[in-house]
Amino acid sequence: MQPVFEVRNLKRAFGGLAVTNDVSLSMAPGDRVALIGPNGAGKTTFVNLVTGNLAPDSGEVRLGGETVTGIDAIGRVRRGLVRSFQVTRLFLDMTPAEHVALAVLQRDGRSGRLFGNFLSMPDVMDEVGQLLGKLGLRELMHRKVSEIAYGQQRLLEIAVALALKPKVLLLDEPAAGVPQSDTGRIEQALADLPADLAVLMIEHDMDLVFRFAKRVVVLAAGAIIFDGSPSDVTQDPRVREAYLGSYANASHAA
Amino acid sequence: MTMTTTNDLITQTPAKRRFGGGDLIGLSVILALAVVGYFLFPTNLALLTRIIAIALLVLSLDLVTGYCGVATLGHAALFGAGAYAAGIASAHYGINDPLAMLAFGIVAGAVAGLVCGAVILRAHGLPQLVLSIALIHLFHEFANKASSWTGGSDGLSGIAPSALIGLYEFDLWGRTAYVFGVVLLALVFALLRLIVRSPFGMLCRAIKEDPVRIRSMGASPKAALMKMYVISGAVAGVGGALNAISTQVVGLDSLSFTMSAESLVMLVLGGTGSLFGALTGTIVFMFFEDVVSAANPFHWLTMVGALLIAVVLFAPKGLYGTAAAIVARRREAK
Repeated sequence: MQPVFEVRNLKRAFGGLAVTNDVSLSMAPGDRVALIGPNGAGKTTFVNLVTGNLAPDSGEVRLGGETVTGIDAIGRVRRGLVRSFQVTRLFLDMTPAEHVALAVLQRDGRSGRLFGNFLSMPDVMDEVGQLLGKLGLRELMHRKVSEIAYGQQRLLEIAVALALKPKVLLLDEPAAGVPQSDTGRIEQALADLPADLAVLMIEHDMDLVFRFAKRVVVLAAGAIIFDGSPSDVTQDPRVREAYLGSYANASHAA
Repeated sequence: MTMTTTNDLITQTPAKRRFGGGDLIGLSVILALAVVGYFLFPTNLALLTRIIAIALLVLSLDLVTGYCGVATLGHAALFGAGAYAAGIASAHYGINDPLAMLAFGIVAGAVAGLVCGAVILRAHGLPQLVLSIALIHLFHEFANKASSWTGGSDGLSGIAPSALIGLYEFDLWGRTAYVFGVVLLALVFALLRLIVRSPFGMLCRAIKEDPVRIRSMGASPKAALMKMYVISGAVAGVGGALNAISTQVVGLDSLSFTMSAESLVMLVLGGTGSLFGALTGTIVFMFFEDVVSAANPFHWLTMVGALLIAVVLFAPKGLYGTAAAIVARRREAK
């Protein structure tokens, strides 16, 4: 299948330190990939390079067959590369309905309209209702975001991303900071993501990684040291060495 | 299981949210206050018209500062541009039709907004504030030096607006100017209420909260802020043109740092991010200043300062903002 997202030989160094070192990655529509790695492995830099928030020293990022390396972050979003944030970045004084509506209007090129209220736009409200309903946020749609629980804010992050109808979705630790009691809802939301959407999830929670991902990519010291199935990742000696040693040992001991 | 349709969703949404119940109330309050002011101060309509002109400046400032989070101490540049454009059109080109003068003011204000926005939006925080101060001083100095056009420090005189729509002369009592001002304020207020509730208004509020997040949604904060700056300039231009038409003179003070700073004070006094707050702050500040300066010409500034300190300390959301928050809390408690 034609890849929807490709990274070719991406490099970035800060001073003499290679933070992203010749990284190549390819994803097809519907892929569920987890990107893992120990702290300082270069995951955040990789995400910034891919999303256009940081320029690479060399290498190429392609989206839907088009090279987007020279295109800024906004242009990449408009071409279907959407991310969520590790720490929620929501508009605290606004409501979930406003968040999703803004994403829908922005996607359709209507966010610059000077007149009209989205609450009276049936097509927008239809999408807002559907998305928030799917994520169990419908009852809260007119509450201020500052008044809803953190787990619900994480779900709203996903709703906003989905409202942009991405081709590729980068989820940066979608369950980070969420109480154990609420992670089930997040996992359900991840399981319900559109089947044709390519998802790259950066995550530390290995249980979540193994349940979600069909493929795991391990980054260590800025380079990919493993790219394969979740069942193989814990057996890989380089991964055990770099990242999973304690986890693997713990599971063996158990 | 019950299915909720989109129509149900829209119907369930409080009508106030959809139609902005505050619009009609706001317009009614403006018109009621205008009528009360007309009968209470029949010999001081010039002051009331001046309050309206300044209210338009403060509303304009609220668009960029209150709704978009842009820090500026140079907003009078937009007001002054509108005032001088309307005045120059009349004094130098004989364009005396008040509506044509108003159009000149709107266009000049919008152009000044474009120029100021292009400069100010290149920075954030303190540097942004410094740029705005530099701009107002540049505008002021430009008007001072171009004295053949602006009258320099003597002010621009020779402004002679003709009868409004050919029927109503601008009389000595200032009745026509006052009614003209009230109509303009009502129209601008209604228009701005639509804009701040529109998708664009929502986008600007989001930019104020987190421009990085907005970029990750594919929108350009800078383009949106520039657009808002131009709209804001047009609104300030209305105020400037009204001032030129009603006083028939334009002085350098109309694009001074003092006026910029005072307009920011009025906005903070009433409450930022609310058109009602902008109006409240202007009315309270200007009336308080007028009354206190008449009562005690030597210490009036001290009293104005004391009022501001009291408001900032005890009502940090501004007079309207605090009152609105109290009402909202009580409603929730019920």
